[in-house]
Amino acid sequence: MSGIGEVTVGPFRPERPLDTVEMMLNMGPQHPSTHGVFRMVLWIDGERIVDVEPHIGYLHRGSEKLCEGEIYSEIITLFDRLDYVSNFNNELVFCMAVEKLAAIQVPERAQYIRLILCELNRIASHLLFYGTFGLDAGAMTPILYGFRDREKVQSLFEAVSGARLMHNYFRIGGVKQDLPADFRDRMTWLLGELRRGVDECDRLLTFGEVFLARTRDVGNIDAQTAIGLGLTGPNLRATGVPYDVRRADPYLVYDRLEFDIPVGDRGDCWDRYYVRVQEMRQSLRILEQALGQLPEGPIMAPVRRILRPPKGEVVAHAENPRGDFGVYLVSDGTDKPYRVKVRPPSFCHLMALKHLLRDCYVADCVMVLGSLDVVLGEVDR
Amino acid sequence: MKPRGWVPVRRYALGVSAEWLDPEKGPQGNPGNRPAASLLHRSGVPGLITARSDQLFAWARASSLWPLTFGLACCAIEMMSAYMAHHDLDRLGVVTWPSPRQSDVMIVAGTVVKKMGEPIRLLYEQMPDPKWVIAMGSCATNGGPYWRSYSVVMGVDHIVPVDVYVPGCPPRPEALIEGILKLQEKIKQDARSDSRATA
Amino acid sequence: MPAPTAGQRPRPHAQAPAEVPISEKAKALAQLLQQTLADLGPDIGGSLGEVVATVAPEHLPEVARRVKESPDLAGDLLWCLSLVDYQDRFEAVYHVYSTQKNHRFVLKAGVSQGEPHLPSVMSVWPGADWYEREAHDLFGVVFEGHPNLAPLLLYEGFEGYPGRRSYPFYDYQEW
Repeated sequence: MSGIGEVTVGPFRPERPLDTVEMMLNMGPQHPSTHGVFRMVLWIDGERIVDVEPHIGYLHRGSEKLCEGEIYSEIITLFDRLDYVSNFNNELVFCMAVEKLAAIQVPERAQYIRLILCELNRIASHLLFYGTFGLDAGAMTPILYGFRDREKVQSLFEAVSGARLMHNYFRIGGVKQDLPADFRDRMTWLLGELRRGVDECDRLLTFGEVFLARTRDVGNIDAQTAIGLGLTGPNLRATGVPYDVRRADPYLVYDRLEFDIPVGDRGDCWDRYYVRVQEMRQSLRILEQALGQLPEGPIMAPVRRILRPPKGEVVAHAENPRGDFGVYLVSDGTDKPYRVKVRPPSFCHLMALKHLLRDCYVADCVMVLGSLDVVLGEVDR
Repeated sequence: MKPRGWVPVRRYALGVSAEWLDPEKGPQGNPGNRPAASLLHRSGVPGLITARSDQLFAWARASSLWPLTFGLACCAIEMMSAYMAHHDLDRLGVVTWPSPRQSDVMIVAGTVVKKMGEPIRLLYEQMPDPKWVIAMGSCATNGGPYWRSYSVVMGVDHIVPVDVYVPGCPPRPEALIEGILKLQEKIKQDARSDSRATA
Repeated sequence: MPAPTAGQRPRPHAQAPAEVPISEKAKALAQLLQQTLADLGPDIGGSLGEVVATVAPEHLPEVARRVKESPDLAGDLLWCLSLVDYQDRFEAVYHVYSTQKNHRFVLKAGVSQGEPHLPSVMSVWPGADWYEREAHDLFGVVFEGHPNLAPLLLYEGFEGYPGRRSYPFYDYQEW
């Protein structure tokens, strides 16, 4: 028997670790690292995550229902606000769907303008991802660098469309107005800046030892599971599946441009991160070619202001920064759509969280969520 | 009778020149941003500033507003832009803080849906007094483009009292900065006009 | 003269449906679907270049299993599950994509509006999980075999099914 002041310590037995009790930990909806209003309930055993239950719907604004009450040209504004980091890409998908339904031929110059803006938006979105992912890993500097370059892209967007974030610039049948006169000069300058900026960002974070330790082999997912869960975009490509809508189902003028599809091999957080960094470089490549090929000509097809597409249903999809973003549109021949269903890539990515987080540590949970790069606006719609 | 602005040489140590304290010119003729001058003007005692304590506290509070890191939707991206190097809210003493327990101001950046209503009220109640709320963007002001929706609260003022509304969809970072400056003004004004600094 | 109501409003700009020629690939795909699902009596059609197979709702899990396991169709990615409220019936629309074959096709199943029930396809495509919960939320369709149909987008205690056409706009209740 031990007296006062004595502590008996049993022999260290590695086969019998410390007893821990399973407990529940709530995270969100206000948590600085949940990238929006997202809540998850973690069941943890010590530091290990046993199970996780994601809760969404804290930003469910009923966009799909609202689309049924607006005329076609007004819906573009609602699509802007779905995935609020890649607005041009969202607008594009809706415009493509209506154009396909009403058989509208978009002029070539408008297609190039759309492509250039979408690719720029991809870079801006990935720069935001880069910054917040660094922040999740505990590095404060990357977000400052990411936003430095993002501001340059946004001021170009402002020069083109008049708005920094919610552009409402694409129209059914073309774009709202022609590019500003000094667009080519500004783009040339911006491409140089971005190339330098992306390289700098890459050097700053990618192969840092601490960063590698936090991300390598954390949150692995294999290709089979990822496909089964419906993952697309960089998160699927990180597992080694080269599925990219720009190649698999070319839209705009992507079939005329040369670019590679970066893929990962392990499907861990680092792969998901690095695929995005490489994608920024590919986007710069695309932008250079598109700027060289940018033709003169009209920017808008003749389209009625109140458009009444024929009866029918149509699917359009495009490669958003986050993945395969699509819209399923049912028209009844009136000026308002009958049903608009959005296929948000982030919705599926969050479904994968359950598989990714199992047996992770609590500290890694923020990394895994950050590496998926979800935007709650399109998850909840 | 001595003029009210009579101050010996030590006034220069405070960086205040005699003409600012001239009762003829008064604080209205005060060029530039010199908050101490009006306080100095009131005291007739050399080298001494007198002020009412709530005014002094309000000045301190307004100069170091810590907003709760709390992004709801699209406006959060512009809010982040405002915090970052290009717009740099730090120079106004605005530093984001991830916990409601130490925050002074809640920037409601984005659409407030009914499911999120309860958490927002909880966060507001967790913040210590005095506390202020900025409704950023048209969604937080009155529902914005979602005014016909079944799940959106028509403005965050249905849930918590709002001090400053920032219009725009989304507001530019400059607009948010303007909103924060207005809030600072309001805090000081409230202390001056004998009303309580907070609700 | 009374003002014309919405039903009588003339529509001078109504356009003819867009003509999209059916490609060879789509023809082959339609044939493949017909072969794979022959004994389940599918109704194969097309719409704007998409191949659509309409099946009976009770056959859905079997259809899903076959299109996933068939080496030629290999529909391994459930791209989207949408529900459409056609006044007389709900229609569940499954967009399926094959990452191996790089083709897409659509499965449809109609279900009555009274007490809509559909079998869950979660056993085939785990990614159907949240889509089914969402459809349950917004349309009130019960997916049999789904382990957890708790509200996903809406909160507990929300009344009504806002996805349906009959659900009104302008919900201005102070709460």
